[in-house]
Amino acid sequence: MEIHLPNSAFLGNIDPFIRSYRPNNKKELKISFNDAWVSVHPVVLCMVASLGLYVSNGGGEIFCQKPTATSKHYLERMGLFQILELDSEIKIKSHESAGRFIPLTQIFNSQELYKFITEMIPLLHSEPSHVEPIKYVISELVRNVFEHSESEMGAIVCAQYHKKNNVIRIGVVDSGIGIRKSISYSYETEDDLHALQLALTPGITGKTRNIGGTETNAGAGLFFIKSIAKVNRDFFVIYSGNALYKLLKTLPGSPIKLNMNPFEDRSSRSNNFPYWQGTVVGIDISLNRHQTFDKLLELIRETYFKDIKERKKERFKKPKFI
Amino acid sequence: MIYIKLFERVGSFAEDKDIARAIRTEEILPYLEEKQVTLDFENIEGATQSFIHALISDLIRKKGIEVLDKIFFKNCNETVKGIIGIVVEYMQDKEE
Repeated sequence: MEIHLPNSAFLGNIDPFIRSYRPNNKKELKISFNDAWVSVHPVVLCMVASLGLYVSNGGGEIFCQKPTATSKHYLERMGLFQILELDSEIKIKSHESAGRFIPLTQIFNSQELYKFITEMIPLLHSEPSHVEPIKYVISELVRNVFEHSESEMGAIVCAQYHKKNNVIRIGVVDSGIGIRKSISYSYETEDDLHALQLALTPGITGKTRNIGGTETNAGAGLFFIKSIAKVNRDFFVIYSGNALYKLLKTLPGSPIKLNMNPFEDRSSRSNNFPYWQGTVVGIDISLNRHQTFDKLLELIRETYFKDIKERKKERFKKPKFI
Repeated sequence: MIYIKLFERVGSFAEDKDIARAIRTEEILPYLEEKQVTLDFENIEGATQSFIHALISDLIRKKGIEVLDKIFFKNCNETVKGIIGIVVEYMQDKEE
């Protein structure tokens, strides 16, 4: 396999980076970098780390170009060389790790996830109202990996606060069975893109064919996360198998409308990307346009239950808040 | 009355579905016929939809929507109220 970290790869322009990935020969991984400068979304680092772990766990070899770019310190600080057990020959002072980022972290179970959420995420930003959606996104995405991916290597997580844009960027990646196989336990799928469409539709889960899910799985997690990006007018990307779905930014001035069908959102999507074994999710959360979580929940309720409320409102019981 | 302080079990961010399922199956469901239940969310700053779903959806599924006459949600902030409201609504939709 070959993967090249370009000059720039964020969610808005991630397509060329993904198209340059070569998934052939799973016994070796060649990692190369742009010679001049590397500036990438955390999800890109998660992908590289996930591939590297996949190859090394399978007894293969990793061939990593020595980065000469100024940003090699960034790659070191984000833990790329450490997680792959590669020697970058860069020495980073320990105090630098207290910056507003979460280095590449491998999470295998609930205990590690709890520790990650309580100890690491608060380092990203000081305001609790901003931290809340970050916790939410990471918890739901990592639990999706635990419950659906059958990944032997858990979830690879990475996040960074970008001061210039006042945005938090998050990546969660696994090398498991992928969305299509997971959804196919309960639903027939035409291809990987159709599987992504189903996975993003609320009420649909690979755990059961019943709309509304099981006792522990409602099939609403990815819909909520896409909705967080939508209400904040941010990017959201999900890539699995040959398919990539990208929620594009909602244009300034345009009304925010959540759609049950993800293809009705302003988005780009394609089913001819290089095959990714597993699932890749990237999301941006802009703090300048940050909507409160309460506002998001209001919108979700309006979308989810618009018809129900019209038809059955008078018959509904309410939870008793005391 | 069964009284469950969730903060002691899940901390300030309620996201662990395994704990939610254990509370539901071991501490709520066996006693619902004869007792009421208070779920105290004091000091809980946030919760995921998955956690709330794992905590209460199967109670509604198994006992019917009337089970909400026996369950009280105490000290919920607006976020937690919102998520509980969503789960309760979609479970009623399913029931219908």
